[in-house]
Amino acid sequence: MQPDQTSIAGFAQDDLDPPAGGENRQQFITFTLGAEEYGIDIMVVREIKGWTDTTMIPNAPVHVRGVINLRGVIVPIFDLRARFGVGLTVPTSMHVVIIVAAGTRTVGLLVDTVSDIISIDPKAIRPVPEMGLPTEDQFLEGLVAIENRMVTLVSLAGLFGKSADATKRHFKGDLATSKAA
Amino acid sequence: MNSEGEGYPLAQFRKTYFEECTELLDALQSNLDMLSNGSGDAETLHAIFRSVHSIKGGAGAFGFAGLVTFSHVFESLLDAMREQKVSAVPEIVQLLLRASDALADIVNAARSEQSLDAGFGAEIVAAMEEVLAGAADAQPEAAEAATAVTAEPEVTGERRYRIAFTPHSEMLQKANEPLLLVRQLRRLGGVSVEVDTSRIPLLAALDPEAAYLGWTFTLDTGAPQSAIHEVFEFVEDDCDLLVTLPEAGMPVAAATVTATPEFVAEPAAASVAKTAEPAAAVPVATQSIRVDVDKVDRLVNLVGELVITQAMLTEQGTLLPADHYPALIQGIEALAQSARELQESVMAIRAQPVKSVFARMPRVVRDLAATLGKEVRIVTAGEMTEIDKTVIEQLNDPLTHMIRNALDHGIEGPDARVAAGKPRQGTIHLSAAQRSGRIVIEVSDDGRGINREKVLAKAQDRGLVPPGASLSEEEIDNLIFLPSFSTADVVSNISGRGVGMDVVKRNVQSLGGRITVHSRFGAGSRFTLSLPLTLAVVDGMVVSVGKETFIIPLTAIIESLRPRAADIHPVIGRGNVLALRGEYLPLIPLHKCFEVEGAISDPCSGIVIVVQSESAGRVGVMVDELLGQQQVVVKSLEANYDPVDGISGATILGNGRVALILDIARLREIDAEPRPEKPSPIQQFATSEPREEITHAA
Repeated sequence: MQPDQTSIAGFAQDDLDPPAGGENRQQFITFTLGAEEYGIDIMVVREIKGWTDTTMIPNAPVHVRGVINLRGVIVPIFDLRARFGVGLTVPTSMHVVIIVAAGTRTVGLLVDTVSDIISIDPKAIRPVPEMGLPTEDQFLEGLVAIENRMVTLVSLAGLFGKSADATKRHFKGDLATSKAA
Repeated sequence: MNSEGEGYPLAQFRKTYFEECTELLDALQSNLDMLSNGSGDAETLHAIFRSVHSIKGGAGAFGFAGLVTFSHVFESLLDAMREQKVSAVPEIVQLLLRASDALADIVNAARSEQSLDAGFGAEIVAAMEEVLAGAADAQPEAAEAATAVTAEPEVTGERRYRIAFTPHSEMLQKANEPLLLVRQLRRLGGVSVEVDTSRIPLLAALDPEAAYLGWTFTLDTGAPQSAIHEVFEFVEDDCDLLVTLPEAGMPVAAATVTATPEFVAEPAAASVAKTAEPAAAVPVATQSIRVDVDKVDRLVNLVGELVITQAMLTEQGTLLPADHYPALIQGIEALAQSARELQESVMAIRAQPVKSVFARMPRVVRDLAATLGKEVRIVTAGEMTEIDKTVIEQLNDPLTHMIRNALDHGIEGPDARVAAGKPRQGTIHLSAAQRSGRIVIEVSDDGRGINREKVLAKAQDRGLVPPGASLSEEEIDNLIFLPSFSTADVVSNISGRGVGMDVVKRNVQSLGGRITVHSRFGAGSRFTLSLPLTLAVVDGMVVSVGKETFIIPLTAIIESLRPRAADIHPVIGRGNVLALRGEYLPLIPLHKCFEVEGAISDPCSGIVIVVQSESAGRVGVMVDELLGQQQVVVKSLEANYDPVDGISGATILGNGRVALILDIARLREIDAEPRPEKPSPIQQFATSEPREEITHAA
């Protein structure tokens, strides 16, 4: 009786405690952009849907691929590849949009594929090494190694936390720098 | 709002109570206004009483002692009026108005949990108590009038008497109440009353203790003439009384409105006889339920979805061969019908009469007129005109500002008015009406009007107008809408604080409205606001530019045409202009403004839509094609994205795709800006090169 109870309690605690609890594991949805694998906190993901044609927004930054109608809500779609400054995605029906809640806003992230749900110990997250990149690259939260893959964790706050103006202005700078590098 | 938790029931009840108070105070205010301008009747008085009573009841439950004490005295006075112990003479009505203002302040203080000065409202309470004490004294004496009996030969059969009765001031001083006499008369038979108001002087000359009214009663009675004289026995020495017996069966004059004498209180209320009609116009009790606005908004959104889905179905339905699926096609048609009706009904829920805003204005006028030492009355019309709730909420500030402006800058002081040959009392008219799918609100005053010379001089002074420029009268009038423009010689604490008509204009424009002014120097100004009925639905022209679809608000469109090559003239550095009936309009190529590829760049093979906006004037917008006219549900782009220059919102078309709604006023400026991809090679890479990629991919 006694050992059983303990193990149940331990199991329950493991699963139910908030991910920020330190000891506990955090879940990420992983997706790919080309050959690279990225992860995003599962708690912010609202849904995953296939790419549909967007309506362009005039004079918007390149990574803004326009807006779509998501059951009556106008949702902007951001091309993560362009946001990371590694060119533009050429979307097909095989491409995937991850709908996430960024603060009070709902936005879509255009990625190549969604691959997995991973559960990791926050302690296993390694910081992104300084590579002389400009400070705008704060949307990378950390790196984590799973088996023999490396997953880059993306921070939504870093992507959208700053005012959009800042994002816009910095974006072009990012792109230029990373291309030049 | 307060520190108590949201879920705490008392806090909830408290919130509801104050919501009700706001409504009750609004109702109180508008009923008092009716009473003060003489269009009220007994029901108005009852309604006023009920409002105060309800406020008092709730206040007791929540333990707002000050509120209870004040409303109790207020209520007692109203009760005395209901029982005809106190009549609704102007000074009493004034007292009621002051009491209602004070009541509103006390309620607000209780809501925000602030405490008022200890003596707040004390003088009003004292004044009300004084009136009440006076009423108690007068009552028994007047009642004695009924007790006298005289013997006279009886005349049988109904006869019609005309009784002309004009009390002297002495009669009132002896505490005789004309109303009681009327009641006495009524016991004798059917009475109709006409009031003679011809002797009422202007308010300034009015002696509150004097008697100015005369009445003509037409009495049908079987009682002898002596019975009539009996009624007036105690006052005969203090009035002019003439009882005549016109020919039997003489028809009652058509102009005479039969009034129930119960309702005829002395002077102010006596005018009921003249204007009994408003009583019928105001519904006594409307059945209503209280619904959270969020719920209504959700309903509006859902219905918007439904309409979009329905439009999509209809579109798909046209692709089906009608003879194969007759029931389905019928069903789609029926759905379209119901969906449209549903949408209209839901929109109607959000629509509210502008009354809720208008009702606050009399107090603004009263307070400000008192501060400025001016005599001003406000006349409102069209309060029942309905407009979307969101518009109403944002109407209060601009309207208040315009009224204040009219009072401060427009209406002159009493002496100046008299010197100018106008009545001492200035008048502000506030009206609302629905005209061709828009709400038109007018604020006009009979004040001094706009001094164009002064306005122009000031504008030149500030460099807003180049010296020597010749402007039309209308252009000069509209200078007052320029930022930081105030002509008040002295910056008063009422207006002229730098918040000027430009703020009003901006507020109105943000509501999709327009504002114009017409003024005659010396005779007054008229400001006209034109607002859309709702912000949720826009009548739009659907146009295509390249692969993209845009919506142009129909209200902005003047005409659409395909220009001839001869009408297009290039202007160096400015693009093309279109010659249209002797006028030259700048042409705005939408595809360049918005960087749309694959669009028609030759204006002669596309369509030019001539649009007008308040700030940018008339321009021709170049598009590829007109796709049709449609009512679209406006969706917010800002909810999930940032404001986009040149775009006022978005909507969802029948095919489920998003289309952007153009902000016409901004187009010209966007067109004038250098295109972002040109200046630097970095940006060129950023925007143009990858875009090529998209085009190929698509």
